[in-house]
Amino acid sequence: MFGYANPKRYQQLSRIILALALVFAVIFLGEGLYLALIASPPDYQQSETVRIMYIHVPAAWLSMFIYASMAVAALTLIIWKHTLAGFYIRAAAPIGAAFTAICLITGSLWGQPTWGTWWVWDARLTSVLILFFLYLGVMALGNAYDNPDKSQQASAWLVLIGSINLPIIKFSVEWWNTLHQPASLTSLSRMANPGIHPDMLVPLLVMAGGFLCLFVVLAILRLNNEILSRKIHVMRLRTIHG
Amino acid sequence: MTRKQQRIYSIILIVFGIGIATTLSLMAMEENITYFYTPSDIFEDENLPPQDKAFRLGGLVAEGSLSRNGAIITFIVTDNAHQLSVAYEGITPDLFREGQGIIATGNLNPEGVFVADSLLAKHDENYMPPEVAKALEEVHGSDKTAP
Repeated sequence: MFGYANPKRYQQLSRIILALALVFAVIFLGEGLYLALIASPPDYQQSETVRIMYIHVPAAWLSMFIYASMAVAALTLIIWKHTLAGFYIRAAAPIGAAFTAICLITGSLWGQPTWGTWWVWDARLTSVLILFFLYLGVMALGNAYDNPDKSQQASAWLVLIGSINLPIIKFSVEWWNTLHQPASLTSLSRMANPGIHPDMLVPLLVMAGGFLCLFVVLAILRLNNEILSRKIHVMRLRTIHG
Repeated sequence: MTRKQQRIYSIILIVFGIGIATTLSLMAMEENITYFYTPSDIFEDENLPPQDKAFRLGGLVAEGSLSRNGAIITFIVTDNAHQLSVAYEGITPDLFREGQGIIATGNLNPEGVFVADSLLAKHDENYMPPEVAKALEEVHGSDKTAP
């Protein structure tokens, strides 16, 4: 696994993954949007309003998945001092923040016609808002010090400490009475008997796949930028200090 | 122990500590995190806000209980264990109907009727096309959609 720390191997591997992810992102997003917006049926209760789900839910899944991946990278950075992990956190954080913002905004747009309100301070919505602030904090802390390694350590610690929020988000609808409805898919009682019909589940999964591939493309591009950025930084230091 | 081991142990300790701190804080704040009370909560009279403070009541609109009296609608909220009468004056959300989940904000008046200032519809986690819902209704003879 640490063999991929070797920059040359990383470059070769990332090129292949980038190409594949780009192709699949286009396929999944294209097919997913067609299914979501045109081919899938309306909901028995919400009719066409349900189509926001096909953006809102995959964005929510990605926002949590990206944060979890950043937590793994943070562990790798702190325990094994793996610099690439630090770059990954810098690369992934803005993308995660964007997905979280999409989740919050589409959720709000969905809530107004269905629930009758743009926002409530229930456990689910509040904890996702906190996740958004955590992402912003990680981005800010990553630029806080002149020494980039020190900044990276600081934001890695913030990622780790904030990761307690992930189980809170996930279980908020089960532990407390909330306005946001419980899980249709991923709670234990639901896995065998999902509350969502296959005609709607398939577009949802395709969109999630598309979002995931989109994230991989953006993350690799940003990661390459971070590596180059660090190289420039080192070159600058060398010219200054001879 | 090596420095790497030290780092691993310190991470475990810190994450553990934060987990415990968070759990304790959330348990202490339970009352504030709870977004609404159910009719059973009110019946059992535990942890309720004082009489004159507004709170949120959540539950299902009981079948056949909805009636309109001019601008005021009255219905019964149930959690399949206890019931409470609710009176509301205003616009109801799109999803509001009998058998639907709702969250009402307001006060309990001395006669035991909950006077609601605002009404939100709560929808359940079931998603299906209209044909499927209709087929289920025919099979089960009633609306299967209990939130």
